[in-house]
Amino acid sequence: MNFTTIIGLEVHVQLNTRTKIFCGCVNKFNPDQPNTQTCPVCLGLPGSLPVINREAIHLGQMTGLALNCTITPFTKWDRKQYFYPDLPKGYQTSQFDLPLCQNGYIETFSHEGEARRVRILRAHLEEDAGKNMHDESGRGRDSQVDLNRAGTPLLEIVSQPDIRSAQEAKAILEELHLLLTYLGVSDCNMQEGSLRCDANVNLHIDTDGCSKVATPIVEVKNLNSFRSIEAAIEYEVKRQLEEFQKTGRKIGDPGVEKETRGWDMERGYTFAQRGKEEAADYRYFPCPDLVPVTTSPERIEEIRRSLPEFPAQRRARYRQEFGLSLYDASVIVNQGAGLARYFETVANLCGDAKQAANWVTQDVQRDLNDRKLTIGEFPISAELLGQLLKRIVVGDLTVKGAREVYAQLLADSDEGQTLLVDWIDAIIEEKSLKVVNDTGLLDAAITSALEDSQKAIDDYKAGKQQALGAVVGKVMKLVKGADAKVVREMLIRKIDG
Amino acid sequence: MPTITRQLHQSLLSGAVTSTALVQRCLNQIAARDGQVKAFLQIDADNALAQAAAIDARRQSGQSAGRFAGLPVGLKDNICVMGATATCGSRILENFISPYDSHVAERLKAEGAVLLGRTNLDEFAMGSSCENSAFAVTRNPWDLERAPGGSSGGSAAAVSAGMLPLSLGSDTGGSIRQPAALCGIVGMKPTYGRVSRYGLVAYASSLDQIGPFAGDVYGAALIMEAIAGHDRRDSTSVNLPVPSYTQTVDQPLAGLKIGVAREHFVEGLDPAVEQSVRAAIEVYRSLGATIIEVSLPRSRYCVAVYYMVASSEASSNLSRFDGVHYGHRSENHGNLAEMYAASRAEGFGDEVKRRIMLGTYALSAGYYDAYYKKALQVRRLIREDFDAAFQSVDLILSPVTPSSAFKIGELTSDPLAMYLQDIYTLSANLAGIPGLSIPCGYSPSGLPIGLQLLGPHFSEDRLLRAARMYESVTDWHSRRPAIAVD
Repeated sequence: MNFTTIIGLEVHVQLNTRTKIFCGCVNKFNPDQPNTQTCPVCLGLPGSLPVINREAIHLGQMTGLALNCTITPFTKWDRKQYFYPDLPKGYQTSQFDLPLCQNGYIETFSHEGEARRVRILRAHLEEDAGKNMHDESGRGRDSQVDLNRAGTPLLEIVSQPDIRSAQEAKAILEELHLLLTYLGVSDCNMQEGSLRCDANVNLHIDTDGCSKVATPIVEVKNLNSFRSIEAAIEYEVKRQLEEFQKTGRKIGDPGVEKETRGWDMERGYTFAQRGKEEAADYRYFPCPDLVPVTTSPERIEEIRRSLPEFPAQRRARYRQEFGLSLYDASVIVNQGAGLARYFETVANLCGDAKQAANWVTQDVQRDLNDRKLTIGEFPISAELLGQLLKRIVVGDLTVKGAREVYAQLLADSDEGQTLLVDWIDAIIEEKSLKVVNDTGLLDAAITSALEDSQKAIDDYKAGKQQALGAVVGKVMKLVKGADAKVVREMLIRKIDG
Repeated sequence: MPTITRQLHQSLLSGAVTSTALVQRCLNQIAARDGQVKAFLQIDADNALAQAAAIDARRQSGQSAGRFAGLPVGLKDNICVMGATATCGSRILENFISPYDSHVAERLKAEGAVLLGRTNLDEFAMGSSCENSAFAVTRNPWDLERAPGGSSGGSAAAVSAGMLPLSLGSDTGGSIRQPAALCGIVGMKPTYGRVSRYGLVAYASSLDQIGPFAGDVYGAALIMEAIAGHDRRDSTSVNLPVPSYTQTVDQPLAGLKIGVAREHFVEGLDPAVEQSVRAAIEVYRSLGATIIEVSLPRSRYCVAVYYMVASSEASSNLSRFDGVHYGHRSENHGNLAEMYAASRAEGFGDEVKRRIMLGTYALSAGYYDAYYKKALQVRRLIREDFDAAFQSVDLILSPVTPSSAFKIGELTSDPLAMYLQDIYTLSANLAGIPGLSIPCGYSPSGLPIGLQLLGPHFSEDRLLRAARMYESVTDWHSRRPAIAVD
């Protein structure tokens, strides 16, 4: 049975403002001291009133512009009403018909350079709820509510249903995550819930070769990792297909409504969460405690000018300016702004971007992974690596020699020493790694080595190329730091006369 | 005890009377009379005397005793004061103690007022008689069989009965002006945004304003200059300078043009009220004012619009009273949904439930456009009526209420008749303009009658001066009910 998968994403991003969206409480993840970051406003005490946080609007608008959205010049606040213990006011202050940002898009590129564009319907600001904690011991103890999170500014980004596969959904979310990281508007920590994703999934099934029917839309909630996005959608596609084959239920059938399902990562399945009989009427209406926010075209341009370089722009620049392949450019850029800045410093210092890219994507990346470090914590600074690679570029050091210096630097750091640029030369000296370009010295060594290598010379002349290896080895022993490639070339010239 | 704030204030400032002595007199009067009047829900005598002693000590040591110099002020029990109850006249907040000060409480404390007692109100300020309180029915000091009006009935009755010189109420549709009229004192609803609502338990956020009750215009001016002004914690608070109302209150307004709306003198207006209000018009004419007829054609929609807007906002504002984090939580529940339902069913009274249901309905999917949205559109037209009228007049003069105080129980079985109590006051809240109520006569049976002055946005200074012009040539305000005499 042929079918198309239709996916739209709703992503909740906690903005990393200094204080909460409607009060002066600190905005910080702090589950260990529940209900300590609260005040009358975020506790929803009688008589308290909200005041909008300017920084939340700014970060939201930055994100909107980065997502190619139109910034709504006149935006307002609406109350979305429902009862839940983590929602102290009995309504969530959100935005209904005039969201902060509208009609944008985000693009991903395959390694082959193929672009995929997903439209953004809207991005609106709202307040996060608190967190309910239920007794999971099975002993039926009381549930508890922590309101530290209540009032954290959230930007809800809603995509159009333009995504066609689980892999694509994952790729889009990864690109969005990366973009938000470059913008610095959110911690984007999916484990701590600062980036949360729901996916709306259904199938358009080709039943008879000409017309299509749509399966009921399912909203899969709480996809808290890139892996769960992919796995949950894959599961849901399979489930909906089987369900359709069994029941034939489709959108428009009597009693068919949007369903909400949860995702169990451990067991690998989605499960029904809310029955449709509880379908809510949120009774949105404009919040009378807040005033509308207007943004002038000049202000929007000011924000636009202040935006940092986006990942997509940076990948393009690395290809143009540094001549990197899309693959190398993506590998570096996708690791985040920190690694990209590191790479740029190294490339500019050593003067060979390809060399810099090789080291950053291989050696540095490997050691970061092994040591579970971020690039900010890495002991070999970009300046240090840049100076080291410069030695290769000018021919003072072989790549192999540079690896030895690099390894020694890491080892010294492991012993608690602070690395200095001078050490590069000290290590080269100590290990005699400097490439010897003194042809007189090499000439003498080659002559000396050839004297007792007649058999090798004969073998070489007889066509055994590899016979020269032993002679090269002898020369290298005599002249520490000689470049094997150079030695071989000189040897051949000498023998061939 | 004199209820004329000006004299009391002078005695305190000159040192002829101490705050402690004044507060003690108030406490004595409360002890003697409040058993009958039931204006107060809570009195903390020790706390009030301690505040008074601190202010007296400041004065004696040569420091400033503040703008109030130790005058006691009673607060309606929906205005938060740290450490005090804020029951809002509701079972659902019976045991709630506010952990923070409202903006107005902060201002009063900073200006040397003694916060004395929590006054009774209709539950969550919903009502016009003080009969909707879960805890007590406040009586009108002029006739204990009658209602003091509402919802700020406790604040009005306390001042009227000489138990306090000053108090604060909140006015969403007339809840200051109507009880002021029925109790024979001065009451004022400021312009929306003039006084911060921070710490006022919301009934209808776009209509609520805190305002003063006093025995004279001077007292209202004194409170206004202390509590008005910008507060960053209320986004709807307006950042405009606050005039020194007490400095200007005695300056008559020359060339005053007063509007009288024909829509305010129609069927349903008690003849005694009409007679008093028309007599007041003549007083202004004799003071040199020009009387101009104006029209407020949309005023007949006020009651309908008000009950849509106010109930809708109330249905949302009162959602937070769910028994989860504070307030009454029912013991009779099996699951979460039942806990919500039972806590709210037990905690709220009938009138509150009526308005929550009305508002929930008006905001529901499929009804929003026909009710709430339509009400907002008409609300704008009502405001435009006033804007147009104020093009040609400085003030609009009208009755406050259709009649003088009604008997307790007389209107409780007919909510619509009760709603009509506010027919002259609602439009000021819908338009956001200030309104003031001042005594202008007495019914044949000796019950007070109020005169309402309405002005354009931020014309509090003009309203107070115009009221003072009237007060200075009449003596209605100096009459006190028998119960007020100590």
